[in-house]
Amino acid sequence: MAVVRLRGQLRKIAGDEAEHAVAGATVGDVLRALERERPALAGWVLDERGEVRRHINVYVNGEERELGAPVAGGDRIDVLPAISGG
Amino acid sequence: MTELLVGTKKGLFALEGEPGAPFTVTARAFAGEPVEYAMRDPATGRAIASVTSAFYGPKLWWADDPAGPWRQAEGVALPEGGEEALKRIWVVVAGEEGTLYAGGDPGVLFESRDGGASWELNRALWEHPTRPDWSPGGGGLCLHSIAPWPGEPGRLALAMSAVGVWLTDDGGRTWRHGNAGLHPGYLPDDVPQDTLQLCVHDLQRSPVRPERLFLQFHGGVYRSDDAGASWTSIAAGLPSDFGFPLAVDPADPDSAYVIPLSADTDRVTPEGRVRVYETRDAGATCTARGAGLPDRDAYLTVLREAFDRAGEGGALELYFGCTSGEVFASGDAGATWSTAAPRLPPVYSVRTAP
Repeated sequence: MAVVRLRGQLRKIAGDEAEHAVAGATVGDVLRALERERPALAGWVLDERGEVRRHINVYVNGEERELGAPVAGGDRIDVLPAISGG
Repeated sequence: MTELLVGTKKGLFALEGEPGAPFTVTARAFAGEPVEYAMRDPATGRAIASVTSAFYGPKLWWADDPAGPWRQAEGVALPEGGEEALKRIWVVVAGEEGTLYAGGDPGVLFESRDGGASWELNRALWEHPTRPDWSPGGGGLCLHSIAPWPGEPGRLALAMSAVGVWLTDDGGRTWRHGNAGLHPGYLPDDVPQDTLQLCVHDLQRSPVRPERLFLQFHGGVYRSDDAGASWTSIAAGLPSDFGFPLAVDPADPDSAYVIPLSADTDRVTPEGRVRVYETRDAGATCTARGAGLPDRDAYLTVLREAFDRAGEGGALELYFGCTSGEVFASGDAGATWSTAAPRLPPVYSVRTAP
């Protein structure tokens, strides 16, 4: 299983737990599985189209990755808001 | 004592006070987040807020008290697996029999029958056969105005930018246009008369004469006496026919208030003076109301949801907020004004609590 790491508001919504062990072959699989395990996260990271929201970045082992990127057991997946604002 | 819910670029502010003196901030919520709109449901007393995080997308929230705790509403999303995602909720309006309506981008209407806890997309509007021809205005494809018909829950008027006026008499199962007479000066003169590229900025209904509506257009102010089927220009006498919000005195079907801005290319109060324009004869004449408002070197912008009223008649209270952070108040139907809040973040919406 991969470990999804959440911070801030996302962590709070996901039961106030920072790390979630989730199975999946790709980043998209893992994020969708995490939504199923934590329904309160629905719509926060992925939109209705199934795409990552524009100002959310996903990293696998420190490298920014797309939804189709492969995931292996033990990989660390960080879901972070982008540095932006006004 | 009047409560205002003020949506700003940096959170929701609840204010309390009376016109003529500064209001007090009694609660702040969603600190740092853009709150596009907030209102209180007259049926339940709940506060409902639209918040569009730059990161996490649009959400609706509800709370018994603006200070919180706030709970996320369910169902505020487009159908999964489609080609579009919800971008923003622009407005929430109380309808008949406890129903709430929410309008948003991309041209969508949601309905709640449990005080805003859960919402359902209006499929007839979402799947309307003309939707492929709909085009957004500068603020997006926003459904920003919802006008219920007092006593008739099946009748509703909507306005969208830039897709004109939409009407239903069957509770939203079918929708038709209500655009006759609107003149889009920003399009070629020979554009087809049934064009949908109609940039309505705000629409309000007279509650005591529901077949009468007033409309601020992208260049023009209009009145309808036939429930929105056709429109007559009433912009004569205004310093500019451009602006965003519009309000009515609920006791007087001949009343309307607008806040003109210089032009679509210069969206600030004309000549550095802040003026609210009032008609009491259905648009035949209008009067500038500015006593107590800034009258020199004041170039303010008032957005479409940032103007509201409470009460009626001579005691009509009017409130509007500006993108420069001021909220102004009148307790005498616009005759005199004072500053309710001088230094809020940019104001997106102002709503009085019922």
